[in-house]
Amino acid sequence: MEKSIKGKAFVLGNNIDTDQIIPAEHLVYSLNDPKESQLYGRYALSGVPLSEAGLPGGNIPFIKGEETVSEYSIVIGGSNFGCGSSREHAPFALMKAGVKAVIAESYARIYYRNSVDGGFLIPYEAKEKLNNVISTNDEVEIIIDENMLINHTTKKEYSLNPLGDILPIIEAGNLFEYARKSGMIV
Amino acid sequence: MGMTITEKIFAKGAGKKSVVPGDNVWLNVDVLMTHDVCGPPTIGIWKKEFGDKAKIWDKQKLVIFPDHYIFTKNPHANRNVEILRAFAKEYDIPNYYDVGTERYKGVCHIALAEEGYNIPGTVLFGTDSHTCTSGAFGMFSTGVGNTDAAFILGTGKIWEKVPESLLFTFDGGLPKYITAKDLILRVLGDITTNGGTYRALEFNGDAIFSLSMDERMTLTNMAIEAGAMNGIIEADEVVENYVKERSSKEYELIKSDEEANYKAKYRYNANDFVPLVAKPHSPDNIDTVFNVKGRKLTKCYIGSCTGGKLSDFVSVAKFLFSNEVRVPTFIVPASTYVAEQLEVETISGVTLKNIFEKAGCVITQSSCAACLGGPMDTIGRAQDGEVIISTTNRNFPGRMGSKKAEVYLASPLTVAASALTGEITDPRDYM
Repeated sequence: MEKSIKGKAFVLGNNIDTDQIIPAEHLVYSLNDPKESQLYGRYALSGVPLSEAGLPGGNIPFIKGEETVSEYSIVIGGSNFGCGSSREHAPFALMKAGVKAVIAESYARIYYRNSVDGGFLIPYEAKEKLNNVISTNDEVEIIIDENMLINHTTKKEYSLNPLGDILPIIEAGNLFEYARKSGMIV
Repeated sequence: MGMTITEKIFAKGAGKKSVVPGDNVWLNVDVLMTHDVCGPPTIGIWKKEFGDKAKIWDKQKLVIFPDHYIFTKNPHANRNVEILRAFAKEYDIPNYYDVGTERYKGVCHIALAEEGYNIPGTVLFGTDSHTCTSGAFGMFSTGVGNTDAAFILGTGKIWEKVPESLLFTFDGGLPKYITAKDLILRVLGDITTNGGTYRALEFNGDAIFSLSMDERMTLTNMAIEAGAMNGIIEADEVVENYVKERSSKEYELIKSDEEANYKAKYRYNANDFVPLVAKPHSPDNIDTVFNVKGRKLTKCYIGSCTGGKLSDFVSVAKFLFSNEVRVPTFIVPASTYVAEQLEVETISGVTLKNIFEKAGCVITQSSCAACLGGPMDTIGRAQDGEVIISTTNRNFPGRMGSKKAEVYLASPLTVAASALTGEITDPRDYM
């Protein structure tokens, strides 16, 4: 596992539901086909109303034009990130767009499980409303061992909740690797 | 210390004497349900992870309902159904309900009930957030993603954290203008879309046990709109009778202990309820119908696992009898059984289907249809800046199609009354 995750922050509001992360009409593409599955990156966060995309100012597209990978690799959300449907396509789409971690005040259960069990990205819980203090385009870094977020743009540091029970699954890679390591499956 | 019904089913499913909220346990799964959107990626992960050793843990316990993107020309969506069809054939899956055949059932959550897969005291997982619907049968049911489902498919097990429970007691009786949808909207307004996160919502009280199975499923269906892991109602005689008609499987009636621990308890008097709506763009943005009365509409939508059941259409038909709708109104039966019953059930000798046709409604085939937007050619899909009132369960931005559309969620009675006027209308004005 890497020691830190570094990148540009993309900031969103509260209750970013899975239809905003990947609208239902896009759930038809193959997740296995390397080329076709890039479409999930292309449409990641395309359901977020533009005025709410890239806070505090808004009107910042997460994906530029026809690209399939975003310049932003860390998403900062508010409360109840990933609410709504059970579609695993949501954390998958963020991963395809190049997102390595999401930091939010709280998560909807199924989205949280999907992020971890599928090994798509790390869902960190913030101890405060970081989407009010971090701006889109800030250069940020997560120090994994220390559960710490550094905002290199503003020179501020924030502590994150430890990953707790899900850490072994994240360290293993995904639920299947974890189950193999612990001898549950061969 | 006592346990709630949810905790008792967890203990049973995990082979333990007792559990407490916060425990992580491995549950034995009694039924795994999937559909055309999440089935193909689940199968893909299962094949990739188990490789040559990929084996379905118990074919009888796997149930597949194509239901989401069924009546569309979208080639990718049709490919998904073909993947399910090929999988069912290759592995000889007994419980596959293929579209285009007599076995096709419609929306998975209602089909699970109708086909006898909902058994009190058991554990059911599905690749759909509204899998919590089955909790109306006194069982644990919840939604998971593709990876978790693929793990269950190969092992019959999954890890889950025992949830804290919230108890919602509804005393009294329901006034005739109030339905289960009004009750659950009130709960959502009170605890918000994350008030139930990682928790169980348990419902009881005289008003709840007076409800039909159709209505109970509306309550538990929308537990997920509060972020809950599951919604649950203890099984009683109504459940037993429903189950016995559809299944010969053994069931266990599990009840919460009197001294069980709840994170919080809420108590309501159903007699006091007034019709409610969830305004755009969240199921917890609750107001009374009275306060939003007169809002001009472009479309009315009556369907889905939460608002397209037979009892929903019976109440709607009472409004539409000998009347005409003023805006395009879509009737989307949740299941093929409900669709058939529209031609059997009558009011003053006229079938529900005839009542809807004469009123000028569009009656569609059974499927999830525009509840979740879907491919561009989905019937009833929200276009541009439409203003829609709908019996469905979710109104986040873009849920029914267009991001610009405004969707109000309400009971079938409120939607039917609104269809008659073309604006949001209080059903009490027509009763």
